[in-house]
Amino acid sequence: MRADLLTDAVDGLDEALAAVDGFDDALVDGLLRPQPRQAAGLTGLADALAASPLAARVAEAAEKTAAGVAGEDHFTALAGARTALLGSVHDALSARVAEVVGRPVAPEREAVPGGGGDDALGVNLLGAARGWLCDLARVGWRGMDHETVAGAAPVVSAMLSDPALRRLATLLDGFAAELAASCPGATLERVPVRRWADLWTRGMLLTLPGAARLTPVTEVSGRLLPLGVDVQEHATAVQAQVHAVFEPADGTASRLVRASVSAPKPDTVVGAGLWQVLRPRMSLLGALGEGRAMELDAMPVTAEGDLLWDDARARAGESADAFVTARVALPAASGCVTAPLDRHPARIAVPVLLEGYGVQEDEDGLAFLVAGERLAVDADRVPAAGPLTPEAVAGSAACLGLLRWDAGEFRLQPLAVERTVRKKPVAVHAGAWAGGTADKAGARAEKAATDAVTVLRERAGKLLRK
Amino acid sequence: MVPPARARKLAKVPFVELADGRLQGVVSSGSDIGRVYVSSVEAGTYAFSCSTNNNRPCGGARGTFCNHIRALIGEAVLQYGAGRVARYLKAEVAEGGEPDAQAITSVMTAALPSPGDRSAAAQVFSRFLRHLSYLELEPVTAPLPEMHWFPTTRAVA
Ligand SMILES: [Zn+2]
Repeated sequence: MRADLLTDAVDGLDEALAAVDGFDDALVDGLLRPQPRQAAGLTGLADALAASPLAARVAEAAEKTAAGVAGEDHFTALAGARTALLGSVHDALSARVAEVVGRPVAPEREAVPGGGGDDALGVNLLGAARGWLCDLARVGWRGMDHETVAGAAPVVSAMLSDPALRRLATLLDGFAAELAASCPGATLERVPVRRWADLWTRGMLLTLPGAARLTPVTEVSGRLLPLGVDVQEHATAVQAQVHAVFEPADGTASRLVRASVSAPKPDTVVGAGLWQVLRPRMSLLGALGEGRAMELDAMPVTAEGDLLWDDARARAGESADAFVTARVALPAASGCVTAPLDRHPARIAVPVLLEGYGVQEDEDGLAFLVAGERLAVDADRVPAAGPLTPEAVAGSAACLGLLRWDAGEFRLQPLAVERTVRKKPVAVHAGAWAGGTADKAGARAEKAATDAVTVLRERAGKLLRK
Repeated sequence: MVPPARARKLAKVPFVELADGRLQGVVSSGSDIGRVYVSSVEAGTYAFSCSTNNNRPCGGARGTFCNHIRALIGEAVLQYGAGRVARYLKAEVAEGGEPDAQAITSVMTAALPSPGDRSAAAQVFSRFLRHLSYLELEPVTAPLPEMHWFPTTRAVA
C-alpha cells in the first residue's frame, strides 16, 4: 500500500468542492427569493460545468433560479450539475485509491441502463417526492418547519410498500426524520450544509424515472470469501453490506463484490435487533459470523459488483478466515466500478488490509501511522451489537477495513482487527454477531431486541388489523 | 446525523416520539391489554392531553399530568436522552447538572400547564400504526447506495 499517496493533494479537488459549496450555501436560505450572494453560488456551479455537455441547461437553470422563477426542471438540472461535479471528485479520488492499493483495475463493464418500465403509480409517487424536495429547496434549511417536513410522510408511506421504490423511500424517510429533529430551521445552531445538500441532490435524481434501475445483471457461480460487513442505519431503516472476494468457478479472474440486505424498521429496533431483522433474508450473515465461505450457483450480480442475494442460490462452504482472504486473495481481486449516477465521494469504500502501523490517540481521535502517514480511523463506525470496540482497534496489530473519504481526508473504517494475545493473533470481527452469538453480552442484546419486537408485534396484532 | 435511539423496554410505552411540536406517544393500559392511551405534551406551552384509543378522556389528566404522561416523559428520556427532550419541549432545567426525567417533569408542572385539545390524538395514533407497519415490510437485497450517508455508530442518543 502506497500510504504516502493518501495525503498528497488531488488536482482540481478544492476548486470543484468550492463550486459545490457555493450551491450548497444557496440552499441554506432557500431559493424562493435568492439574494446576490446566493445568485453568485448558483452562477459558480454553472461556470464549473461550462465545458461539459450540461453547460447550456445548467446556465439557464442557474439564471432562472437566481431570478426566483425556477421550476422543477431547473432544480433537477442544478441537482444534475452538482452530481456531475461530485462525480468528478469521486473519479479523481478513486484513481488515487487505485494507486494506493495497487490492485487490478476493474475491467470496463458496459453501463447501459437496464430494462423494466416504471408504472403509472410509481411515476406519480416520484413526482410527489420531487414536489416535496422542491418545496424544501424553496424554503431552505433556515426556513423549514414541521409542516414543510411533514409533507414527506404520505409519499414515503406510499413508496415503502413497493420494493421497486425502496431506494428513494428509504432515503427520504431518513432525511425527513433528520430534518424533523432539527426543526424549526430558523433556530438551528449549525446546519450540516454539505450533508443535507447531498441528501437533497440524491433524492432529486432518484425521482427521475429509471434513475434507480440496476445496471445489467448477469449470473455468476463460484466461491465467495467474505471480508467483513459494513452496517448502515437511520431511525427507520438498516442495511448490511458484506464485502467479499468472489472467485469464479470457471477460473477467470477474481473480483471484489458486495452483498446487501436492507429493511425498514421501527426506530425502537436497535442493536442486535438490526441483525434479527436482516438475518432471515440473507444466509450470508450466518456464514460471515461463523467465518465460512459460500458457494454461489447462478447468483445474479450487477455490473457494479452488487450480488442480488437469493438464499436458494447459495450454500455454506468451508471455513474461511477473513484475514487469510485479505492476505492471499484480496491483492489479486479487481475492484468495483460505480454506476455513473452513483459516483460520489461518500460511496468510496474500498477493502484494504493494514499491518505494521503505529497507533496514535489524541484530541483528533484515533489514527494509524502507516509508513509515517497519519490515517484517521473511524472506530465508532462499527455495529454496537458486535465485539469490535474502539479499544480493540487501538490495540490491534493488523486491521482489515474500508478506505473511505470524508470531510477532506481519507479515513479507515475497521471491519476486523487482529490482536496479539500470548504471541498469537486473535481476530475480532465487527460482524461476529451477525448470525447470532453465544457471547454473554451479545446474547443479552439479542434477548432485549427479541422482547422489543415481540411487544410491537403483539400491539400490531391487536391494533393494526381492526 | 441523528444518533440511534437507546434500547429500552417497550411493554409500558410502546411508542414515543418528538414530532409535530409535541412529545407524544402511546402508553399501555395497566389493566386492559386491548386498550392504550394516546398522550402528548406540547413544546413551550406544555399543554397536555391524554385519552384512550377510543377517544375517551383519561380520568387522571384533568388538572395536571397523569401517570401516562409521566411515563411517556420517562421513556422519551431513555430513548432520546434528557438533553434532546428538554430542548425540544423548551423545558430547560436550571443551571447545573444534566437534566433528567424528574427535573424536566417538574419544570413543566411548575408552569401550571392547561389541558390541551384532544384533536391530535387521532393523528398520534395513526402515526403509531404507521410505525408498527414497518414491521410488516419485507427486507430487500437490491443495494441501497444512499444508506452510505447513514453509517452506524456505537454512540447512542
Ligand atoms: Zn392518562
